[in-house]
Amino acid sequence: MGAKTILLVGTKKGLFLLESDADRRDWELKGPFCEMWPINHAIVDPATGVIHAAGGNEWFGPAIWRSDDLGASWSHSSRGLAYAAGEEPIKAAWSLAAGHGRLYAGVDPAGLFVSEDGGASFAHVAGLQETPSRPEWTAGGAGLILHSLVLHPDDPNQVWVGVSAAGVFHTADGGATWSPRNRGTRADFLPEGQNYPDHGQCVHCVVMAPGRPNRLYQQNHCGMYRSDDGGVSWTSVERGLPSSFGFPVAAHPRDPERFYLSPLNGDIAGRFMPDAKAAIWSTGDGGATWTAHREGLPQRNAYFNVLRQAMATDRHDPAGVYFGTGSGELYASRDEGATWTRIAEHLPTISSVETYVVED
Amino acid sequence: MAAAAPALVRLPPLFDALFPGAERRVEIVASSVQELVDELDARWPGMRDRICDSTPAVRRHINVFVEGRRATLATPLKPGADVYILTAISGG
Repeated sequence: MGAKTILLVGTKKGLFLLESDADRRDWELKGPFCEMWPINHAIVDPATGVIHAAGGNEWFGPAIWRSDDLGASWSHSSRGLAYAAGEEPIKAAWSLAAGHGRLYAGVDPAGLFVSEDGGASFAHVAGLQETPSRPEWTAGGAGLILHSLVLHPDDPNQVWVGVSAAGVFHTADGGATWSPRNRGTRADFLPEGQNYPDHGQCVHCVVMAPGRPNRLYQQNHCGMYRSDDGGVSWTSVERGLPSSFGFPVAAHPRDPERFYLSPLNGDIAGRFMPDAKAAIWSTGDGGATWTAHREGLPQRNAYFNVLRQAMATDRHDPAGVYFGTGSGELYASRDEGATWTRIAEHLPTISSVETYVVED
Repeated sequence: MAAAAPALVRLPPLFDALFPGAERRVEIVASSVQELVDELDARWPGMRDRICDSTPAVRRHINVFVEGRRATLATPLKPGADVYILTAISGG
């Protein structure tokens, strides 16, 4: 039986879709969708096959776009996607996660919303605003954004969120109360002696290892980390990598020890590929050792970055790995990261990449 | 009592895609911009959120002109008022 492989590519000027078969050699580009709105993140809810795309437009504000037919037709909604009157309005929706019959959306300024009707309307998960450290949260370079959303595969009451630059927070009661999950992650930008705070870390991306809900991987502004206790404590895994700075992290679809990073040359060094030579780094042992993958990637004059939601894997075997660049190029590996092919170029700045595999 | 003359409201061209079926020029009886926006939202659900933020206020990069002058939600509308809702210069 054939399988259709779909890449959802959020950009500064609309959502693009790339389609291929299970072989993933030839890709067809479609778009731009969502009326060229900046799309920060787009997913397919695997339970429904519906595309949801989160964005915000300078003219029209935040909204979640929806397509029930894999991009042929679209609608949008921001019903309920708002703070109370008098509070700072939402600028844009930044992140999406679907599971347990719900659709979650993270927004800027940082907050979490949930839809029980497939994205037609949203309700504020107000408990996150009531966490004691909330008044101390400060914005990162992209804003005070809730960008990482990790759902527990079995327990609908557990959610992890990543907020720049406030850190990781976890709820075990469906969003009523939240606790910081930042122990062991550094804040190099704070004065000496204050570098391991309770909160305030600049988390860039958090993902969960497949089949092991307590295993989380994190790319931080200040280091790469692994947690084996659901984020209660974090261990640095950056030894062997070319820098401690990067934006995305992507987990392998089946192997909980394997994940992928895109280290950049440093937060005050330009934030592009180290030595202007592009590489994706992978580990097969939970971050103990690292391998650089360069075959097919530019090895000179690669002054691009890869943003926090712009790397993903697919569920094929061998797994595909994909990343999009700030310069609008999309690279794909159909052999778990070993070799790479550029499958799109000249796109707007790529904000996010996600995958969806569906049987024909 | 005879009904007040409706305001003549011109909507931004970008609304064609956001609200399929919405008219570009529409006549609405309203005594303020706020009432006008409420009526637009009743006709085309979600239109308020595109014109206004949750402050509530007209969005920063949306301009509402009443009789040729920039307006706020509180601006009153006279019968037969001439209203433009326009996207401002923005973007990159």
